[in-house]
Amino acid sequence: MKKVFGRPKSLTAEKTIYCPGCGHGIAHRLVAEVIDELKIREKTIGIAPVGCAVLAYDYWNFDVTEAAHGRPPAVATGIKRVHPNKIVFTYQGDGDIAAIGTAEIVHAANRGENITVVFINNAVYGMTKGQMAPTTILGQKTTTTRNGRNQQLDGYPIKVCELLSSLEGTTYLERVALDSVSHILKSKQAIKKAFRNQLEKKGFSLVEVLSPCPINWGLSPQESLKWIKEKMTLTFPLGVVKDKT
Amino acid sequence: MIKKVLISGNEAAAEAAIRAGCRYYFGYPITPQNQLTEYISWRMREVGGTFIQAESELAAINMVFGASAAGARAMTSSSSPGISLKQEGISYLAGCELPAVIINMNRAGPGLGDVTPSQSDYFQSTRGGGHGDYRTITFGPSSIQELFDLTYLAFDLADKYRNPVLILGDGILAQVMEPVKLKKIKKRLPKKPWALAGCKGRKPNVIKSLFLTPGVLETHNWKLAAKYKKIEEREIRYETSFGADSEFFLVAYGSCARIAMGAVMEGRKEGMKLGLFRPISLWPFPYRDLTKLAEKGKKFLVVEMNLGQMLDDVKIAIGDKAKISFYGRPGGGIPTPKEILKEVKKR
Repeated sequence: MKKVFGRPKSLTAEKTIYCPGCGHGIAHRLVAEVIDELKIREKTIGIAPVGCAVLAYDYWNFDVTEAAHGRPPAVATGIKRVHPNKIVFTYQGDGDIAAIGTAEIVHAANRGENITVVFINNAVYGMTKGQMAPTTILGQKTTTTRNGRNQQLDGYPIKVCELLSSLEGTTYLERVALDSVSHILKSKQAIKKAFRNQLEKKGFSLVEVLSPCPINWGLSPQESLKWIKEKMTLTFPLGVVKDKT
Repeated sequence: MIKKVLISGNEAAAEAAIRAGCRYYFGYPITPQNQLTEYISWRMREVGGTFIQAESELAAINMVFGASAAGARAMTSSSSPGISLKQEGISYLAGCELPAVIINMNRAGPGLGDVTPSQSDYFQSTRGGGHGDYRTITFGPSSIQELFDLTYLAFDLADKYRNPVLILGDGILAQVMEPVKLKKIKKRLPKKPWALAGCKGRKPNVIKSLFLTPGVLETHNWKLAAKYKKIEEREIRYETSFGADSEFFLVAYGSCARIAMGAVMEGRKEGMKLGLFRPISLWPFPYRDLTKLAEKGKKFLVVEMNLGQMLDDVKIAIGDKAKISFYGRPGGGIPTPKEILKEVKKR
C-alpha cells in the first residue's frame, strides 16, 4: 500500500501538551514540513522560547536549544555567527517577541542577522493562563484586562511586522493566519520562503502567524477561527509587510 | 630574555581570550572595562573572530549562550551594574552546563554607585549570583600577569567542567599597565559532541535547563552538586607570603592584596612578623588551608574594598580557632598600606 500522508521527519512521535484547538501544533508541523521539503533537517538549529512552546525541543527532530524569555534572537545571533552555513531559526510568542524581548528582536533584525523567525501571535499569554499580551487587541478581555484592553490604561497592541519594517536590516516580513485551510497553506508558503531566504543568504526574515488560543480566549475552537478572521485581522491585517527579495 | 609587553588589565584580559582560542566576544560598554571591549573589537576581527557590540548586557550574555551552545569559546565582559543584568544568562549557562568566561571589572555600588574600584561584588560572584542553586568558578587576580594567566586558563576550565568561569577584577586592575609575558595562541581546542551543529549522522542534541518531570530537576541539581564538589577538590588556588615565620596574617585578594603586601613589607621593616594569605580562587575558596594556619595559633586581619564579604568565608574557615579582625573601605575607597598597618598595630 502506498503511504500518502505521514509525520514529517522533522517531528518526533512525542505527544504535545497543547490544548484542544491550539495553533501551535499546526505551526510546529508547518515548520517541520518546510524543513523536510528543503532537506535541511540535519543542518537546522532551532531556538525554543519561554511560553506554551517551551517544550518545542521535545517535538522537533533536530538540534534545539532553550532560551531565556525574550532572548531567542540574541541566542540565535550567537549560534548563527558560529555556524553561518547552518539554518538557525527562533520560534517565539507575542510576550517573548513584543514585550520582554523587544530589544533583542529589534536589534537582531537591525543587524540583518541571516536568521528566520516564526512569530506566533495569539494575542494572549497562554502558558500563564490568559493575561494581556502586547498584541492583545483593544477591547479584548484577558485576566489582567477584565473589562477589555483600554488604550488609555493598557496601551495599544504592538504590530511587530510594521514596527520592524522601518529597519533597513529586515529582508522579508509577512503576516499570515491559521484560521482556514487556504490560510494554513499560505502560512506554509510564507514560512518556506523565510527559510529559503536564509539558505540563499538574503538576510532577516520573520513570519507572524495569527494563531488560535481557544482556552484563553474563552471561545470554542471554531469560534476562535472566526474571531481571528473577524476581529484579529482588523488590527493585524494579513499580507506581505516587506519583501526586499 | 623573556619578551614582555606593557599592557593594561583590560587589554591583557582581551588578549588572553584571543590566545586561549576565544573567537566570539559580545559586550556592551560600561566603565571601567571599556578598553577591553574596544581592544577586542579590532583584535577579534584581526584574527577572524566575531565581535558584536550588543544592544544590552542581557543580549550580550545570551549571544555568549548561543555561541557556547554552538560549541565555540565565547566571552563577555562588563562591570558591576552590567554584571547584575547578565545574571539571568549566567544562571541559564550554569543550568544548561554551558562553558563561558565572564569578566567583571568591579566598580563600587550599590545601584549606579561610582566607577571607582571596589570588591563589592564578592558575594554575587561566589554565591552563584543569579537565581537557582549553582556556583561559578571565580578567580580574583592581583596583577596584570595573573589576570592574563587566569583568563587564559579560565577557558580550559570552563570547557573541562562545562561551567561558567568568572574573573573578578576591579577598576584598578582594569586600568593599571604592567609588563606581561604572553602565552602562545591555542590551536587545538577540545571537541564538544554535545554542542549544536546540526544532527547529521547523530541523534538531535538538545540544550535545556527545564525539567518538569517530578524528581528529574532534583537529579540534575545533584549532578551539578557532584561537579561542584569535584571543582572544590581540584581547583583551589591561593598564595601565602612569609608563611614560615609570620604570627599575624593579612587575608586579602585582588588589587587589595597588592596593597596589603605593601603593608606586610612595611611591617617587616619594623620587625613585625607579618604575612599575607591571598586566595586566588574565590570559589572554590581555600577553606582548609586557612583553617590549617588558624590551628597554628596565628592572628588574622581581613582587608577588603567592601564592608566585609570575603570575611564570611574566612569566618567559615577559621570559626573560633583564631582571632579575626576586619578592615574595609566601601564605596570606592582604597585602603593604603599605612592604614592597614595601623589596624594591625591595634590588634
